Amino acid sequence: MKHIISIQLENESGALSRVSGLFSARGFNIESLTVAPTNDATLSRMTIVSIGDEDIIEQIVKQLNKLIDVVTVTNLTATEHIERELMLVKINVEPSTQADIDQHIDEYAGKIVDVSENTYTVEIAGKSQRIDDFLASLDVSKILEVSRTGVTGVCQKREY
Amino acid sequence: MKLNGAQILVKCLQSEGVEYIFGYPGGAVLHIYDALDACKEINHVLVRHEQGAVHAADGYARVSGKCGVALVTSGPGLTNAVTGIATAHMDSIPMVVISGQVSSAVIGNDAFQEVDSVGITRSCVKHNFLVTDIGDLATVIKKAFHIATTGRPGPVLIDISKDTTIDDIEFGGYPKTINMRSYQPEIKIESSQIDKAIALIIQAKKPIIYSGGGSVIGNADVELIALTRDTGFPITQTLMGLGAYPATDKQSLGMLGMHGTYEANMAMHDADCIIAVGARFDDRITGNLDLFCPYAKIIHIDIDPSSVGKTVGVDVAIIGQVTDALNALSTGLKGKKLADISAWWRQINEWRAVDSMAYQTKAGVIKPQSVIEALYEVTKGEAIVTSDVGQHQMWAAQYYPFDKPRRWINSGGLGTMGFGLPAAMGAKLAEPNSDVACVTGEGSIQMMLQELSTMLQYDTPVKIINLNNGYLGMVRQWQEFFYDKRYSMSYMDALPDFVKLAESYGHIGIKVEKEADLMPALKEAFAQKDRTVFLDILTDPTENVFPMIPSGAGHHEMLLAGRDEMASTNDKGLNLV
Ligand SMILES: Cc1cc2nc3c(=O)[nH]c(=O)nc-3n(C[C@H](O)[C@H](O)[C@H](O)COP(=O)(O)OP(=O)(O)OC[C@H]3O[C@@H](n4cnc5c(N)ncnc54)[C@H](O)[C@@H]3O)c2cc1C
Ligand SMILES: Cc1ncc(C[n+]2csc(CCOP(=O)(O)OP(=O)(O)O)c2C)c(N)n1
Ligand SMILES: [Mg+2]
Repeated sequence: MKHIISIQLENESGALSRVSGLFSARGFNIESLTVAPTNDATLSRMTIVSIGDEDIIEQIVKQLNKLIDVVTVTNLTATEHIERELMLVKINVEPSTQADIDQHIDEYAGKIVDVSENTYTVEIAGKSQRIDDFLASLDVSKILEVSRTGVTGVCQKREY
Repeated sequence: MKLNGAQILVKCLQSEGVEYIFGYPGGAVLHIYDALDACKEINHVLVRHEQGAVHAADGYARVSGKCGVALVTSGPGLTNAVTGIATAHMDSIPMVVISGQVSSAVIGNDAFQEVDSVGITRSCVKHNFLVTDIGDLATVIKKAFHIATTGRPGPVLIDISKDTTIDDIEFGGYPKTINMRSYQPEIKIESSQIDKAIALIIQAKKPIIYSGGGSVIGNADVELIALTRDTGFPITQTLMGLGAYPATDKQSLGMLGMHGTYEANMAMHDADCIIAVGARFDDRITGNLDLFCPYAKIIHIDIDPSSVGKTVGVDVAIIGQVTDALNALSTGLKGKKLADISAWWRQINEWRAVDSMAYQTKAGVIKPQSVIEALYEVTKGEAIVTSDVGQHQMWAAQYYPFDKPRRWINSGGLGTMGFGLPAAMGAKLAEPNSDVACVTGEGSIQMMLQELSTMLQYDTPVKIINLNNGYLGMVRQWQEFFYDKRYSMSYMDALPDFVKLAESYGHIGIKVEKEADLMPALKEAFAQKDRTVFLDILTDPTENVFPMIPSGAGHHEMLLAGRDEMASTNDKGLNLV
């Protein structure tokens, strides 16, 4: 099963590689990983999406907690949470398909952030599934480039 | 007063009460060596190889319970130290390793003797630091010792760039305390878990205590003995736990696992309640997980939550210091009536009567087991025994019953050949008044031989018991059993004359070829109080370690010496090491 794990860690050089190194050394899977500083400049927030059964996720959480730079670990999937992902996608647009594509973008509340010759760059945010659906709704041959941020998330209730 | 980084480092180490540093100099640490030269309180031991430095610091830490300290230069100094660091990490040994690094201005430029030390060691340390700012130095050192010695101990690396050792600042003193929001090693035992454990314990008809390295690391021998005596339960110990509970006591079933006793393994297999104390259900213990302890409820005491439920599911997890947990259990059991376990003891005594440690003697050859028994006799069971890795290690563990903790010093988790000799040197420095024996093999000893030179320089007399079977015996044993006796590369040809070799290093060498010479030679060796003596003992090259649970098998499928033909292992077993 897919799990979203949210980590607060000391904003120190090397902290990211401690986490990613842990995953590769122990053979844990990473679907996506995002990291950035928070309002507290000494802390980073990392969100990892991993796939594994309960035992594996339990070990992942325990091993993450063991890392000295890690301050908190929350398995978001186990609580009420909000998750979002952002995608920038370049789409080939011809006069003949434009109306159709415009409608898709509208449906998914996407934003056209750049228009150049025959190309839209579109921004879509939402649950990963929504982004998958949007991509699936397009004609594959029209998708020129995809860049996704990976999932970030927060607990619905206050963490502490 | 203004001090440079090297001087600050030395001041901080002094404040930590560091007694010995094991190290080796080089360009990146020259300033540190210069500062050490001016310090009278800290003794520096100049090893002959950085791996030896780390093993010696490790041996010192295991015997004294204090934090070991090693100092190495950048690049090859650090890479040589890695095996030692990984060895300490696997066995949870408190240690601080200080490595020099190239100057911060050139880090990342493939500078001379530059390696990414923090990157290389990341997966085999508890934590590591790179210091490039002298202002951080004292705090980092404080953190390093704090992290290395608390919670589940482990090695911490401090990599210090050369410019940091040269820069100077007004030194504000060594921090007295440290608080890290991301590291809170104090864990309070949950009383609800204790209650659950008590409920299982009082019902148990076939209980067993399975104690490991955590009982030694956590200094819990007194509490362990109390709980064991109060409950009257049988106890078995892992290779790393030996000595926390006295091996010669009647409640002790000896070691468990791959080369454990028949009674310990059968009792584990049939138990209905297992109290695991600071042990991590390693694969040498569990054998085939599908067949492991099929009937038991498991109570697991460990300070590291990640040890719990990692390989084996448990029924009650007690997270915290092993001393606290054992005390809480003892207190909780006061006045409670336990189930009658006399039938269980009768069963255990039947297994004991099998006498799984019996071995066959052969005229004209020295049995390695008998050497260890003789060693026990000559040292009255009171020596500190270090070992290398292989068959000799297992025989030492099996035939030298340890009654006290921190007397049996070996590399269990990583199984590092070469550990024994430098560890013995560290052990001797930690406890100069104890006899120290290093049980080794002709393969292992050649991995760290050069430390014989250090041992002369620093006058650390130990007795080297070389069980010379002319083979990488443990490898040969597996090839005999599982590879149809195809002895690929397990034969040690062109061995040196160990007697002359010892002599050339300034020590005493004695060769023992006949059974009759064994006792006199051992006595002679231990009579030489202030000399290192190398006993090269030619032992039966064909002897194997028994009992044995072939990998892939269950505890109840163990094989006994001279009674069971070693069947080949199964596919599952061949995949294991
Ligand atoms: C050739 C060879 C053969 C071997 N055969 C065997 C064998 O037959 N039998 C055997 O037992 N081993 C054997 N070993 C050793 C084996 O590989 C493991 O090293 C060993 O079994 C692990 O011991 P342990 O479970 O006690 O754990 P350790 O590695 O000693 O771990 C200690 C545990 O205690 C916890 N802990 C530490 N401090 C505290 C504290 N203060 N409070 C609470 N918990 C704490 C730690 O978190 C950890 O989980 C062999 C090794 C070699 C090289
Ligand atoms: C550094 C290292 N390399 C390889 C091994 C694999 N290994 C385990 S035991 C052993 C043989 C040890 O031979 P020896 O020291 O003569 O001991 P014996 O088994 O003969 O008693 C080997 C090669 C190891 N444990 N460590
Ligand atoms: Mg040998």
